[in-house]
Amino acid sequence: MPPISRGFRGRRPDVDPSRLPPGQYLTRDFPVLSYGPTPHTPLDQWSFTIDGAVDAAASWDWEQLTALPAENFTVDIHCVTKWSKLDTTWTGVSLDTLLESVDSEAEYATAWSDGGYTTNVPLADLTDGQAWVVYAFDGEPLEPEHGGPARLLVPHLYFWKSAKWVRGLSLTLDDEPGFWEVNGYHDYGDPWREQRYQGD
Amino acid sequence: MSATAPLTWRLARVRETVDETPTARTLVLDVPGWRGHRAGQHVDVRLTAEDGYQAQRSFSIASAPESDAVALTVERIDDGEVSPYLAGDVRAGDELELRGPIGGPFTWSVDDGGPLLLLAGGSGLVPLMAMLRHRAAHASTIETRALISVRRPADAIYRAELLAIGPREGLDIRWTYTRSPAPEPGGWSGRVSAAMLAELGPPPAVAPRVFVCGPTGFVEHAATLLVDAGHDPLRIRTERFGPT
Repeated sequence: MPPISRGFRGRRPDVDPSRLPPGQYLTRDFPVLSYGPTPHTPLDQWSFTIDGAVDAAASWDWEQLTALPAENFTVDIHCVTKWSKLDTTWTGVSLDTLLESVDSEAEYATAWSDGGYTTNVPLADLTDGQAWVVYAFDGEPLEPEHGGPARLLVPHLYFWKSAKWVRGLSLTLDDEPGFWEVNGYHDYGDPWREQRYQGD
Repeated sequence: MSATAPLTWRLARVRETVDETPTARTLVLDVPGWRGHRAGQHVDVRLTAEDGYQAQRSFSIASAPESDAVALTVERIDDGEVSPYLAGDVRAGDELELRGPIGGPFTWSVDDGGPLLLLAGGSGLVPLMAMLRHRAAHASTIETRALISVRRPADAIYRAELLAIGPREGLDIRWTYTRSPAPEPGGWSGRVSAAMLAELGPPPAVAPRVFVCGPTGFVEHAATLLVDAGHDPLRIRTERFGPT
């Protein structure tokens, strides 16, 4: 039994508790977390590439990516630092659309970003309408501190998997832990199983 | 992949509380079984209400790895859920649940070498203080510069301790006051600026390891100044504090 924190009342969330994963609290702000300076890559030098264990790599420049069929969708997001934000609305391209362009036997992907960030996700978690490359939040261009011009969005995993400033996916046959994953964070990161750290 | 033991929740007992400023309090914790930490790491703290409701948050460790206790300094955010309790209600003898240490990129040890540049906004000084205390515990002379941005002198945590340990060989600690003139020689007034960073050093040419911690606005501003001044973005580590 955990000790009772004498006099602690807490603030119960005013939402359906089934929408908050264990250990999370609700925020209306949009906190910013990153381990280094915010990169500012000009759009005319931006591209998104899928390479690695593929027959032939595929790449899109900014105009090409934003010309692809876009989806508007609303999801809840959950950060490992404990905040959750409900009903966030994004615009972007489904990874199903992007992955159609490559043939691969890979089972994993490493997303990589400007600034050197990487994170690993099983390919099965990036398909079937579960992941996007997004470039707008609430109908406005995605701000650099929130990952603009474009970030990965994989809302069913902790938010560190939704790589900011994403520039590509490198597909791999084996699981290759990324930046936080080699720094003690969980390899998969399911918020509903509270997989925050290795061993959780 | 290496198999790693789970980070289990441990029972911590509050040895003492220290009021740092009118809004910031340090909790000095005895944590049986604590495996040690690196300067810059944080812990998760979990509170449990009488009906079983729980809340957990992350807090940076203020104490050096060499300390026999784990110290957390908590800034009270009036509309926060957890910080008013930790920085207001908790007393010596109380028990808290804690797990950690957590975090790898935002850490420093004297073995990593220098030079070192530390930029803090408000209570963002906490993890950087662990680095300064660690450096002092080793009587290190690694070239170290620190700039701490606070509103007014009364908001500056650890000020007496920092004034006591510096300046000495290799160490230069300065404050800038965004809403007050500087009371001490060498202090600045106003938001962190390119001119302050140029005067403080170390210059980009010597490739210091840079750690920036504070609220998002401070971190974005300071990191942009550093990159514009020519510091390698890959040598700059940031951590942002949100209200809890």
